[in-house]
Amino acid sequence: MRNRSAEDDPAPLETVFRLDDVHVYYGSFLALRGVNLEISKNEITALIGPSGCGKSTLIRCLNRMNDLIPGARVEGKIHYHGQDLYGDGVDPVEVRRRIGMVFQKPNPFPKSIYDNIAFGPKVIGMGPKSMDELVEHSLRRAALWDEVKDKLKQNALSLSGGQQQRLCIARAIAVEPDVILMDEPCSALDPVSTGRIEDLMEQLKQDYTIVIVTHNMQQAARVSHRTAFFTAEAAEGSGDRTGLLVEYDRTDAIFTQPVDKRTEDYVTGRFG
Amino acid sequence: MTASTEVLAPSRLRRGASRTGFRIFVDAAFAVLLFMGTIVGVIALATLIWTILDQGWDRLVADPAGFLSNYVSRLPARAGIKAALVGSAYLMVLTALFTFPVGVGAAIYLEEFAPRNRATNFVEANIANLAGVPSVVYGLLGLGIFARFLRMGPSLLAGALTLTVMSLPVVIVAAREAIRAVPEGIRLGAFALGATRWQTVSRQVLPAAMPGTLTGTILALSRAIGETAPLLVIGLPIVIFSLPNDLRDPVSALPLLIFDWTSRPQPAFAAAAAAASIILLALLLAMNAVAIFLRNRYTIRW
Repeated sequence: MRNRSAEDDPAPLETVFRLDDVHVYYGSFLALRGVNLEISKNEITALIGPSGCGKSTLIRCLNRMNDLIPGARVEGKIHYHGQDLYGDGVDPVEVRRRIGMVFQKPNPFPKSIYDNIAFGPKVIGMGPKSMDELVEHSLRRAALWDEVKDKLKQNALSLSGGQQQRLCIARAIAVEPDVILMDEPCSALDPVSTGRIEDLMEQLKQDYTIVIVTHNMQQAARVSHRTAFFTAEAAEGSGDRTGLLVEYDRTDAIFTQPVDKRTEDYVTGRFG
Repeated sequence: MTASTEVLAPSRLRRGASRTGFRIFVDAAFAVLLFMGTIVGVIALATLIWTILDQGWDRLVADPAGFLSNYVSRLPARAGIKAALVGSAYLMVLTALFTFPVGVGAAIYLEEFAPRNRATNFVEANIANLAGVPSVVYGLLGLGIFARFLRMGPSLLAGALTLTVMSLPVVIVAAREAIRAVPEGIRLGAFALGATRWQTVSRQVLPAAMPGTLTGTILALSRAIGETAPLLVIGLPIVIFSLPNDLRDPVSALPLLIFDWTSRPQPAFAAAAAAASIILLALLLAMNAVAIFLRNRYTIRW
């Protein structure tokens, strides 16, 4: 029984992203079809599903990272705070500065910890009153400050994998984004580091809207407010598999009372 | 009830049970063959060094200051390499100044900006081909374009530009390899922070690719410093009694001088040529040492 009473879902939250019938192509290959989705402010939205279901493709559309892939094309509408993200005159560079991203494999720049943080603010011309303060603030927000405060000049590649990933989160925070997209941010990390990143997400959601792609269903269940389940189906007459959104709901509903049989099979481990 | 439960017969572990004897022989035979391949190169280099030291060392140490600071002379005992040494140094510096920005620029364009299409593939294939063109052909190009068409004559500038054109393909290929070795995550990370393509390339990709690029450039230059043919073809002089004051002045170069001295009948000139070769070889080894140092010291281990 679905329990959608007012106390569970209080005041309607501001919508950050609204996706209308989004199709994504790579060349002539349809990677994802017909996605309708609303992502709310200050919530953590998880995208789950088996490999090849298009969840990473979708998250890369949200900050126009797919623009960098030759042949990638988005049809349908993605509205960001009411504006067409793919509309005329929208600059992907401006989009990415507002919608940050953390990647699957930690990718710190081969520079000092300090320079990793300072790079973003410098290139977008933020000109903070004090870069030192901004660096400290960002590292504190990413729960990394105490571990690195004495070695800010050290090369970031000398940090552990989990620290590198938190540095990447700090780096994303430094440019004061509105949204943080996380594409399987813990898949290269051990369980302890994963736990720390999850705690961090819990704190960050107060200031940011977070969208996370994850392979780990427990992770989605632990951290997210809403979960979108995707799957892949073979298109008629071809072997190519196209991703589609099966079900999108509050996370507890997805995991305890899924409406769609495919969702139920997946979350109960019968598939995928 | 398969292999895992069977008892392993002791004979199965003996030598020769699965043709081990033959396979061990092949193993050892290839190790020896490959070692011999390596040793051929080492022996050739050792012989070369030994020969020029044997022939030139006495001449060099007899009057090292005079050998380095005298101009050429028809008397072998008074002949020196001043003009050629300074000329080679000037040629090298100018070639480096021209080659590095152009080569790195071309590599950046091809790796980071060029659209993936037939025109780009065509350009890429031909740059690789150009790296294999004999240097004397570059000399003809330099003679035709720089010395004659652009009226530079047999000058420092014409020589440096000819060596630049010759070195460019190698530098471009080396810089592209270095740029390609920078993980894609670095570019994506920079883009995701709102950096433009140029900011990403100039502040992240290029610095990370710099050790490899510098190493490749130095190795290309060390090849250029030893080149004789192209400089001979554009007509750089051997007998010259002044140092260049201007890009349009003529210069000589060490390989030209060595070439000239070795073709003279007097044995004393052969000794002088060997002595000059020692200097040239020392320069080359020093440049290669710098390249190796840069590679070991600054290469990023991702």
